[in-house]
Amino acid sequence: MKLTLRVWRQKNADAEGAMSTYEVDGISPDMSFLEMLDTLNEELILEGEEPVAFDHDCREGICGACSLVINGDAHGPERTTTCQLHMRSFEDGDTIDVEPWRAAAFPVVKDLVVDRSAFDRIIQAGGYITAPTGAAPEAHATPVPKPDADFAFEHAECIGCGACVAACPNGAAMLFTSAKVNHLNVLPQGAPERETRVLDMVAQMDDEGFGGCTLAGECATACPKGIPLVSITSMNKEWLRATRKAAKR
Amino acid sequence: MTTYADYTTGEPVADTKAPAGPVNERWDTRRFEAKLVNPANRRKQTVIVVGTGLAGGSAGATLAEQGYRVVQFCYQDSPRRAHSIAAQGGINAAKNYRNDGDSIHRLFYDTVKGGDFRSRESNVHRLAQISVEIIDQCVAQGVPFAREYGGLLDTRSFGGVQVSRTFYARGQTGQQLLLGAYQALSRQIAAGGIEMHPRTEMLDLIVVDGRARGIVARDLITGKIGTYFADAVVLASGGYGNVFYLSTNAMNSNATAVWRAHRRGAYFANPCFTQIHPTCIPRTGDHQSKLTLMSESLRNDGRIWVPKAKGDDRPPNKIPEDERDYYLERIYPSFGNLVPRDIASRAAKNVCDEGRGVGPGGQGVYLDFADAIKRMGREAVEAKYGNLFDMYQRITDEDPYKVPMRIYPAVHYTMGGLWVDYDLQTTIPGLFAIGEANFSDHGANRLGASALMQGLADGYFVLPATINDYLARNPHKDEVDDAHPVVQEVLAETEDRLNLLLSVDGDRTPDSFHRELGELMWEFCGMARTDSGLRKALERIPQIREEFWRRIKVPGTGEEFNQSLEKANRIVDYLELAELMCLDALHRAESCGGHFREESQTPDGEAARKDDEFGYAAAWEFTGTGEAPTLHKEDLVFEYVHPTQRSYA
Repeated sequence: MKLTLRVWRQKNADAEGAMSTYEVDGISPDMSFLEMLDTLNEELILEGEEPVAFDHDCREGICGACSLVINGDAHGPERTTTCQLHMRSFEDGDTIDVEPWRAAAFPVVKDLVVDRSAFDRIIQAGGYITAPTGAAPEAHATPVPKPDADFAFEHAECIGCGACVAACPNGAAMLFTSAKVNHLNVLPQGAPERETRVLDMVAQMDDEGFGGCTLAGECATACPKGIPLVSITSMNKEWLRATRKAAKR
Repeated sequence: MTTYADYTTGEPVADTKAPAGPVNERWDTRRFEAKLVNPANRRKQTVIVVGTGLAGGSAGATLAEQGYRVVQFCYQDSPRRAHSIAAQGGINAAKNYRNDGDSIHRLFYDTVKGGDFRSRESNVHRLAQISVEIIDQCVAQGVPFAREYGGLLDTRSFGGVQVSRTFYARGQTGQQLLLGAYQALSRQIAAGGIEMHPRTEMLDLIVVDGRARGIVARDLITGKIGTYFADAVVLASGGYGNVFYLSTNAMNSNATAVWRAHRRGAYFANPCFTQIHPTCIPRTGDHQSKLTLMSESLRNDGRIWVPKAKGDDRPPNKIPEDERDYYLERIYPSFGNLVPRDIASRAAKNVCDEGRGVGPGGQGVYLDFADAIKRMGREAVEAKYGNLFDMYQRITDEDPYKVPMRIYPAVHYTMGGLWVDYDLQTTIPGLFAIGEANFSDHGANRLGASALMQGLADGYFVLPATINDYLARNPHKDEVDDAHPVVQEVLAETEDRLNLLLSVDGDRTPDSFHRELGELMWEFCGMARTDSGLRKALERIPQIREEFWRRIKVPGTGEEFNQSLEKANRIVDYLELAELMCLDALHRAESCGGHFREESQTPDGEAARKDDEFGYAAAWEFTGTGEAPTLHKEDLVFEYVHPTQRSYA
């Protein structure tokens, strides 16, 4: 396959960025999208140019590092991570636009690499259960109903890639935040911190400069792990409940 | 002038920290005898932790809970992305919830035997004991393990073991356990107990007056090389499978932290013990950047075969039943497709070497579900393996419900690593190694669902207890800073190395060298090794190294985000580590676990151990690049599990 790539190049966080055009040839439909970029980079190095910087690591769809907007879609045309997207999803001769996540809370580091540390700070605000090592009771002491355990798992699947933010017209992080709130709040182990967790995490999310939610639903469409849109509704319910409870105190 | 296959033998090395006495009392004894640090004094002591996977994440969180000042590093943009996240299968624990005869002693026994009698009994028994506490800890943290309708935890059996002791969270157990550790870590970061440095890579170790006192690390965004000082340093930087270029490891997983520690005096043990996993998706061409594992559970219902005739390139469905060779069922009638990982991998290599492999390049065998679909129905197969079939179809664009899957072995895990004593301390006082970075628990072969168990055992329970003893005996006194001559020297060496990489301006990319080294290692130090092959590799590696420093091309500068420089610098270390792996494989003229020497096999082609000659762990001491290293042997004593020859026929 022969392709034309239009790639966002930006030297560093402070520099002006622009789209640059490259031609790549000899691309196999079996290549992953990132292997296609590897091919481009090998050529750029030999030509003495700087290769395109992009985040990637496990290349099997679980670490959440890869983060490209391809032809305007977070992670491209298939519902998966960029590393699991293959070139057979494109046609010979296509022109493909490759951009970084675009959101105020995810500043560009270089080229296609962005800073997602805001996500870590949201988790630090309350996305955990306080269970110091050694203090744990016997695992079977508290049975968890299977539907609750399954609900927790579905939300715990979030890989923290940030596609939800990149896809959202408002740059909101509601789906990411709600996934963690729902995972922990449904479990009996998470109950003692149920209210503080949702209030603190939402407050941190707002402080980081993520946009507000207008239920556009783009986040859930882009999510490679299928975190559902109703996740946001559940979090809103948790937040209202916690706010009312706090007001009564 | 030393030749490539030279080494000298030094004094034996011994584990002086494991107490004597019955094996099931040793951990209690050690915990009691280990000195403690007064809580008020812990605030004054700093521990550096490199890596945030299961071992590093759990260790950082626990040490901070204890009150130490923790300074932690990872090369990823977030500690949540460490490669433990990709583990699929599960985590073993001797809970005996099934009442099926499991016990701590049985898990201990299975692990020593599975490691082909090349691990330490004391360490393995401790691991089995702690396994029980790990599950409690993870459940308390909210890890969503699979549960039954009664609300209790579900388990499954794994890897040929006869009890059901593997706890799991669908096919994403590693992800869920890692997020549990990451959340515990996040809690401590917010509480101020941990100073976290993401996107920062350790490039060297600082050893002052014979003790590990800090690290040199590069900020991957600004390129700034910084020094960080501490009272102890913990390496939790994972394995070295990426020496092979193609492996199931993450692209950026690397050996720099452990190799640099080795160069500074830490012994490296059993580097040739690498695990090759039989069920991975075959490569499709030279562009291949990594390999993807498919859970081993597929072998429960899939049948493995190749055509009987060489070069038979008919589509699989056109090959009649009597022209197929179900070779595992033929050679191992009682275990069939369920033989252990090393045996299944080698058998696949053998049929491909005979020219009977399938798919591009003949590097693959079929894993066929046609019979299973006939027997159980498509729905049942879908319920059991649906997510794996989807993953396979996404990568290969073939429908495994209609066409047999193609699989081939790939490098997956490294049992070797830095030599550590019972306290997980290396031969450099104050330097500890935990998780896959050390060598201690899996011997020559790791059992399925045991890597997660070891990472968390080391990080949550073992290290936090043993490091106290070191810190109590070495209370914080003198500060080290950048002005110290040793620090100046390490800094200068690091800067010189990076500058040299940037200044060669040759005509080959970092990846081209990595790929060349990987192919060489796969060929000669992969699934089957021979004296002559290993000698060839040992002759070739120094040549590649010499060419590397002549022809490498790294664009850009060191004072910026530069992924080519990161790669090239990691390859520098692979080019030395690979040599030690081959030397270790050459010197160990026996077969055991993942290390198969063709010269040492039974008449029916099984691995033949030589316990009298090689019943030791090989701990190597660095003497200089290209210089003959020194071998220190640690004798392995088996008081409880007596060595036997494995048989699966």
